[in-house]
Amino acid sequence: MDIGLLGQYLVNGIMLGTMYALVAVGFTLFFGVLDIIKFSHGDVLMLGAFIGFSAYLGLSALGVSNPWVLVVCLTVIAVAATAALGALIARTLILKLKSAPPLNTLLITLMLGIAIRESVRLFFPDGSNPKMFPPLLPSSAMEIGHFTLRADSVILVAVGLILIIGLNLVVNRTRLGLAIRAVAQDAETARLMGINYTMIVLVTFAIGSGTAAIAGIMNGLYYNEINFGMGLLLGLIGFSAAIIGGLGSLYGAILGGFLFAALQTIGAVALPFASAYKDVFAFAVVIALMAWKPTGLIAERSSDRV
Amino acid sequence: MNTISRRCLGVFAAAAFAVTAVTPVLAKDTVKIAFVGPLTGGTSSLGLGGRNSAELAVKLRNADGKSKYQYELVAQDDECKPNVGVQVVTKIAADRGVVGSVSHYCSAVAMGTLDIYHKFGLPMIVWGAVLPDITYSKDYPEIHRVNGTMINQNEVAAKAMTAMGYKTWAILHDTTDYGKGHNLYITKYLTENGARVLGTFGVTADQQDFTAELTKVKELNPEVVYFGGLTPIGVRIRQQMDKLGINAQYQGASGIVSEAYPNGTGALAEGTIAFLEGGPIEKLPGGQYFAAEYAKANYAQPADAYGPFAYAAAMLLIDAVEEVGPNRKKVTEYLAKIKDHDSIIGPITFDDHGQNSAPMITTYVVQDGKWTVWEDSEYASGKRHLVKK
Repeated sequence: MDIGLLGQYLVNGIMLGTMYALVAVGFTLFFGVLDIIKFSHGDVLMLGAFIGFSAYLGLSALGVSNPWVLVVCLTVIAVAATAALGALIARTLILKLKSAPPLNTLLITLMLGIAIRESVRLFFPDGSNPKMFPPLLPSSAMEIGHFTLRADSVILVAVGLILIIGLNLVVNRTRLGLAIRAVAQDAETARLMGINYTMIVLVTFAIGSGTAAIAGIMNGLYYNEINFGMGLLLGLIGFSAAIIGGLGSLYGAILGGFLFAALQTIGAVALPFASAYKDVFAFAVVIALMAWKPTGLIAERSSDRV
Repeated sequence: MNTISRRCLGVFAAAAFAVTAVTPVLAKDTVKIAFVGPLTGGTSSLGLGGRNSAELAVKLRNADGKSKYQYELVAQDDECKPNVGVQVVTKIAADRGVVGSVSHYCSAVAMGTLDIYHKFGLPMIVWGAVLPDITYSKDYPEIHRVNGTMINQNEVAAKAMTAMGYKTWAILHDTTDYGKGHNLYITKYLTENGARVLGTFGVTADQQDFTAELTKVKELNPEVVYFGGLTPIGVRIRQQMDKLGINAQYQGASGIVSEAYPNGTGALAEGTIAFLEGGPIEKLPGGQYFAAEYAKANYAQPADAYGPFAYAAAMLLIDAVEEVGPNRKKVTEYLAKIKDHDSIIGPITFDDHGQNSAPMITTYVVQDGKWTVWEDSEYASGKRHLVKK
């Protein structure tokens, strides 16, 4: 195989991996702080993309045409809206069910996901058809043989990586992060130390959901297409990535995201004439990895839950 | 007689009077006809167009004073999913008031529901699904189809494309019966016409990312990328071909001939070519009439590519009921004998498998965001050009 193609696969894989990692980070944050699995995460991502898309339509109608202004505005609007929604979900559903069995939380978020998905399909104008997400980033491309590198892909990967690093810094280097980690480790003690528990939970959900919105918009900008069902598979893959990485570990989520993307790409390349099975291959490897390391590749430091 | 029963009698009398008062003197029996298609989901624009067209047929016949029965359309949503299709078809088949059904755009759904129609003896006419197996795999007298199959479609497609000078293909197809069928027939006819298929890739129906497959396609460097599948994936593949800088002509199966394709793809849709059974509404024998009536009915959605077929299928069912009465068995027997039956899509003749044997295939190309008949396009006149190496 020539080096250009190899590079192309690598770039494809990195792009996919960044998106998966962003989704996985959300799962890990929610699990780390509250020990809950929020299955509506993928659909919140889809909603973020649709809010961004609506913001784009609105801004264009107002006469804004500079693509950079549009990208920044629609991202800010989508992130703010989904962050608010995330906090609302935490406030009304998650915190209320805190003393209920974890299975209830899991079920209720699963149902919430379906409700969000169906609402977009039914209430967004012509929501059941794929929508064309505008290509707002520069599309100039660099071609070397079989290798094509587009400016928009580079920007998206860079933004994604910066976001992941930024999140990591927030969690590990700031007072807010310290509070989040404290709540994650022991909510009772954290409360005794004067940490506003409710506030921290709400902020964590806002951050996680905002990240999902960015992942959704990245998805839209990269594929130039969004649809009401896009969150389903992305959510599942993000969740699997978080699990293989080790639920609760931020690095694990990133590792898991890239690993899953690599598996899919390898699946498609190694089984070129059976590429329909690339997801089967990727998930099979995930199952094998989970059997080998049940707590994930990077286990939580305080891994005492069994 | 005591007061209570006398009062009851009074109520009964009043009720009986009310019933007779609202029922017109010459009441016609109501006959139910079902429509099944994807009313939600990625292919719903076709499903809704089909439903509206079938409903239009029912409305026109009801307005026609000569019809013996009052018709009612029962529309069901199969969501283009076989499991949902089985549920809704069982529901209509179990309703003895339904005498026939205009069913299915999605081949995978039709394949799943064939047995139910047969078990319940419910005559059905396919209005959009193109997999040959639907009519040819089993000897069920209940199954009919007014549109052509993918065999005809791909035969014409392969001939037309090789005649334009294309020689090498890469094929992507979804792994449903529909996509696999397209792959089978296009490969067969391309090879017969001397073209080469460099690579074939199956993709799942909800796949989002095709960069791995398309990178491989880029390496193979074909002149044409063929996609056998439906609009949502057709849109994604076209978008991602551009991301990877693949310079090849994009050819679709009939599954992407819907207004959702150019809407979802934008400027990149320009020059996409596809082949469809039947023809554009205005070129069909009864197209002018259909288009005028459809416009008059003021539907929120366009009739889309298969609307006329759904209309013709519903009309045919109603013709059958008018002729032999609302009896499933008799309708099935009547349909078996259909020959040169007049319809807006031209004369319908069912072969011994219930397949309309006179299908017409039209070539379409996207020009300025609209599917345009090839002969009317600037591509045919030489003003614009398809992608050529």
